[in-house]
Amino acid sequence: MKTASKIYTVLIFLFLFAPIAILLVFSFNEAKSLSVFSGFSLKWYRELFRDEATLASVRNTLLLAALAMVLSTVIGTAAAVGIEKMRSKWLKSTLSTVTDIPMTNPDIITGISLMLMFVFVGRFFGLANSLSFWTMLLSHVTFCLPYVILQVLPKLRQMDSALPEAAMDLGCTPVEAFFKVTLPEIMPGVITGAIMAFTMSLDDFVISYFTSGAGFQTLPIRIYNMTKKTVTPKMYALATIIFFVILALLLISNLTDDPEKDKHN
Amino acid sequence: MAKELIRLKDARMDFDGETILDNINLYINDKEFLTLLGPSGCGKTTTLRIIGGFLVPTSGDVIFDGVRINDVPPHKRQVNTVFQKYALFPHLNVYENVAFGLKIPKTGEDGKKIRLSKDEIDSRVREMLEVVSLKGFEHRSVTSLSGGQQQRVAIARALVNRPKVLLLDEPLGALDLRLRKDMQQELRRIQQEMGITFIYVTHDQEEALSMSDTVVVMDRGRIQQIGTPEDIYNEPKNAFVADFIGESNIVDGIMRDDCVVEIFNRKFKCLDKGFQKDEAVDVVIRPEDVDIVPEAEGQLKGTVTQVTFKGMQYDIIVDFYGFKWLIQTTDFCPVDSKIGIKIDPDGFHIMKKSEYSGMFGDYSSYSEEYDEISDAESEEEE
Repeated sequence: MKTASKIYTVLIFLFLFAPIAILLVFSFNEAKSLSVFSGFSLKWYRELFRDEATLASVRNTLLLAALAMVLSTVIGTAAAVGIEKMRSKWLKSTLSTVTDIPMTNPDIITGISLMLMFVFVGRFFGLANSLSFWTMLLSHVTFCLPYVILQVLPKLRQMDSALPEAAMDLGCTPVEAFFKVTLPEIMPGVITGAIMAFTMSLDDFVISYFTSGAGFQTLPIRIYNMTKKTVTPKMYALATIIFFVILALLLISNLTDDPEKDKHN
Repeated sequence: MAKELIRLKDARMDFDGETILDNINLYINDKEFLTLLGPSGCGKTTTLRIIGGFLVPTSGDVIFDGVRINDVPPHKRQVNTVFQKYALFPHLNVYENVAFGLKIPKTGEDGKKIRLSKDEIDSRVREMLEVVSLKGFEHRSVTSLSGGQQQRVAIARALVNRPKVLLLDEPLGALDLRLRKDMQQELRRIQQEMGITFIYVTHDQEEALSMSDTVVVMDRGRIQQIGTPEDIYNEPKNAFVADFIGESNIVDGIMRDDCVVEIFNRKFKCLDKGFQKDEAVDVVIRPEDVDIVPEAEGQLKGTVTQVTFKGMQYDIIVDFYGFKWLIQTTDFCPVDSKIGIKIDPDGFHIMKKSEYSGMFGDYSSYSEEYDEISDAESEEEE
């Protein structure tokens, strides 16, 4: 039994990580082939850093993700506070269901409907081509919002509702009470929401594809466009770099998280 | 001469079509210790929240020092609150919690912002921590403190702002009995030392009687009686107050004349006057005002049905013509024994009939009533 479960575990890990391992190994391949490893080389990494268009798309992706994260975190937190404060239970549950829709809706539908709306509104104002960086940003904020709200709402519910009242009692205006007492209390939820928004935006292809303008290309869109011709191993190099950056971030957040939790308990 | 500080004028509170407060009229004097007492849902916490500024009455006025403050938000009121579950800020330590209110610039009477210096804040926080005996706890996390210590931080955090009025919402509800008794003494001492008006909310009648200058008994969103603890106990206005404050036997009676009341078809001398001839009344007899005598000498005769040893005294239930009385006595009377009782004229208290007549005062279900009391205490009022 024990050996069987061990073998099973190994198989699962193999299944999960073999593709990444292959990508990783072949990013250091001398030749362009995906079947023969003809020798170690950093050639594709050099090529990657010479490819201005790809680097620009990486910068675009990061910029878009950062902006979408900031906007959706601010709007989402405010929305969660608003929903939590609602007196009518019916309105409260309706609103939180409605805000979840972009999350449960298939990306393809969200993407097409957003595109149609942007084009429609653009035509209305007489624009020939309304899709741009800004429409993409709006779309990303739209689908990131529910993740932020979903993280912040439970934190607000857990919080003793007398806390902001106590702050006001001691002389805070309602706004000051929010920043001095409520926000520190719900901070873990806000941060998790922000990280989720960032990764969702970074990861997104379908919605971006439908709402992107001509001049602005994100990395997933660029890679997709490349597959129409050939994907060169410099993409493996890029994927490897991204993989390790994310791994490093994960390790850092794990290492810094634990003592924090001990302090609270 | 006592000076009036707060007045509620016809304060009414409706919520979702339900009346929570039904035209409350109340005034509170400067430096007074006033307690709002009543069962869960009687409107006492709502009254406190109206004074604190967290609720605006549906109609009626809140007057503070002669000025109508209905629309003044909490942060601009000269009152501070000690919340039911303390509501300490978990991300701040003891010192920072207490200093919280002092660090916020206040608008002075000339409209200028007043910001306290660091030294001033420091000395006031330390002074306050000493008052509540928490010296040396400055840098402790508030979540690591015991209930009693958290309670003290909450009191210090409110009092350090030198409010004119301190509002306390069942502040001792979460503490065990012994600690509660200590904190009662402590609160009374702090109140007298600092000369601040306290408005205290509780459902614990003993707490109310032992701490307050004035007790306001509330039920069903209405004030049932306002008075000193002695007044409330000795001269309850209706059957609800008599039953809620201490133990009472309440029986139907008829005033045959000034100072003559008839119960169980027998006339007794009492001290109450001013009723109409033959007016139906409620008669309160406190369990400790009944003397047990041999059956032959008794004004009334009954059978003991239940005996409970209470340490200082026995609580016995006696059946008089089908009506069960609670009597407290130091003499042991076995179950099923026949006894007589005597009541002095000052042992009777006569009340006008009210909506509460006939609802209280019979001890047929004595033990069940005890269960109800302990249930009520475990249920926190939201």
